[in-house]
Amino acid sequence: MSSISGSVTKTEAHQAAVTPIRSSLWRQALHRLRKNKLAMSGFIFIVFMLLACFAGPLFSPYADNKINPANMNAAPSLKHWLGTDMLGRDVLTRLLQAGRISLTVGIASMCISVILGSILGAVAAYYRGIVDQIIMRVADLLLTIPGLPILFIMGALLSEWKIPSEYRMYIVMLMLSFIGWPGLARLVRSQMLSIREREFMQAAIVLGLNDRRKLFNHMIPNIIPLLIVVATLSIGGAILSESVLSFFGLGVMPPTPTWGNMIDAANNLIDFEKHPWLWIPPGVAIFTTVIAINIFGDGLRDVLDPKQKK
Amino acid sequence: MKNVIEIDHLSTYFYTEEGAVKAVNDVSLRVREGETVCIVGESGCGKSVTAMSVMGLVEEPAGKVVEGKIQFDGRDLLSLHKNELRHVRGNDIAMIFQEPMSSLNPVLTIGKQIMEPLMEHQRMNKKQARMRAIELIEMVGISRPEQIADSYPHQLSGGMLQRIMIAIAISCNPKLLIADEPTTALDVTIQAQILDMLRQIKADSNMSILLITHDLGVVAEIADYVIVMYSGKIVEEGDVVELFENPKHPYTQGLLRSKPIMGERQEELYSIPGQVPNPLELKESCYFHDRCEHCMAICQTKLPYLRDVAGRQKVACWLYEEVVEHV
Repeated sequence: MSSISGSVTKTEAHQAAVTPIRSSLWRQALHRLRKNKLAMSGFIFIVFMLLACFAGPLFSPYADNKINPANMNAAPSLKHWLGTDMLGRDVLTRLLQAGRISLTVGIASMCISVILGSILGAVAAYYRGIVDQIIMRVADLLLTIPGLPILFIMGALLSEWKIPSEYRMYIVMLMLSFIGWPGLARLVRSQMLSIREREFMQAAIVLGLNDRRKLFNHMIPNIIPLLIVVATLSIGGAILSESVLSFFGLGVMPPTPTWGNMIDAANNLIDFEKHPWLWIPPGVAIFTTVIAINIFGDGLRDVLDPKQKK
Repeated sequence: MKNVIEIDHLSTYFYTEEGAVKAVNDVSLRVREGETVCIVGESGCGKSVTAMSVMGLVEEPAGKVVEGKIQFDGRDLLSLHKNELRHVRGNDIAMIFQEPMSSLNPVLTIGKQIMEPLMEHQRMNKKQARMRAIELIEMVGISRPEQIADSYPHQLSGGMLQRIMIAIAISCNPKLLIADEPTTALDVTIQAQILDMLRQIKADSNMSILLITHDLGVVAEIADYVIVMYSGKIVEEGDVVELFENPKHPYTQGLLRSKPIMGERQEELYSIPGQVPNPLELKESCYFHDRCEHCMAICQTKLPYLRDVAGRQKVACWLYEEVVEHV
């Protein structure tokens, strides 16, 4: 009897020692991330911003953006925490609604450029030869022209073609990803070139796996940590570019609010001097959000990609 | 017995700035059904490149299979289309590498990596493939197969990983298993277990094995037929018992003498004097002549050819050429 119970406890102990095997890579990374206070504060701020922008306007009594000529350019008060703009709309509500657009554009254009960049980069590295040449020369071409002028030209074309304001948001996303993918494709390609030569890739060839499996099941998972880091950091960049474009009236156009076109108020000397509540809040929103994203992205890099540590 | 694979006059060259390196130079060999053939030789003798040529792993333009035929199942592997070759690899011919640690993808679970060839070649769905994967893990003697299937390579030991590699290799019931130094990275006890397992699997499934090694102990343990390579050429081949008892080529004799003998103390282990010749400077001669104790005039000017001596044993050495001996 005693021998039986003894063997049972032994196997139990044995199993306990191996159970936490599953997905421990990610769990370890998460654990390390939690200990990084700076990155966590960035993350909490991003979550706060997302919640405020997407849920906040639902609780606002001014969400309909009605024009109120009786209450134009009012200073912040208890009724309007951040005052009202020149049409009498609540600035706080508009700020949050603008945040929705800015964050959506940032995240969506990041997604598109990451998908585009990683697929093109991976394909270039995997097939090499002529495919590589074509993809990388196009990327080089796009990288040689500074991004901002291209964006300006495209924005000007959009205005010329009289694209309706509600579609411009989507077109701006595409424009930003068009600028964003070449850098990413280069990064992915360089990583893939080294992964391609690793022994497990030779093993995959020997197993007779097809190209799709080799690329998407074997190679890309190896660069996921890198992609997460780069993607996070590029959201900040996309938000900034969108703001710049909208500030110059070439991105998303009013009445659709974005942080960029709200700061446009600072272009007007009277608003700049007399109504700082019009342009300081969107400026602070852009600044803090981008800083938070960058801090979080850096923290992620330390956690997911320890080799890249300076 | 039927031949599973027939390699005829295979030559694989690598092109360097100083010239072409004849890594494999006119090598012919065959592996019969259910037979284990070992290729032995020191580093750089072309044994791995032979295997790589069979698997189509020699990458142009760095290297090229310049001539030869590799007949497998009535087809010449060298002239197969890329896609046809892909279906032979993994399905009909499987390969195990030397380093189990780096041959498995570090970011995929063990289970996934066993499932892939099953889904690719046997057209299994995910569920069937996972069941089979767990069966295979059990088959190679690992307990708790389900947990192992969900773990990552870095969580297992080298011996376990080599078992997993074998599980992957045999997953599609290949006719031929090529094992490139499968036990070199493992310690001796694990090595013995792995060899036992290979022998067991071979007996169960009538699979043929082409094993590449530099370890004569491994050869003695598992081989039916041995091929000794030197500087890209076969210098001697024969049934394992004949070859070990009566080695003909001075190189084979030297190799066997340089093996420690169990239970015997030796002051110093014998080693063959000299070095492997630089593959770039090979001239028309026996490539072993400057290290050979029995070197004759002809050895320095003419390349010996492989000739039958007794039974299945063949040797490429002028010592066994009667005509020459009288010169």
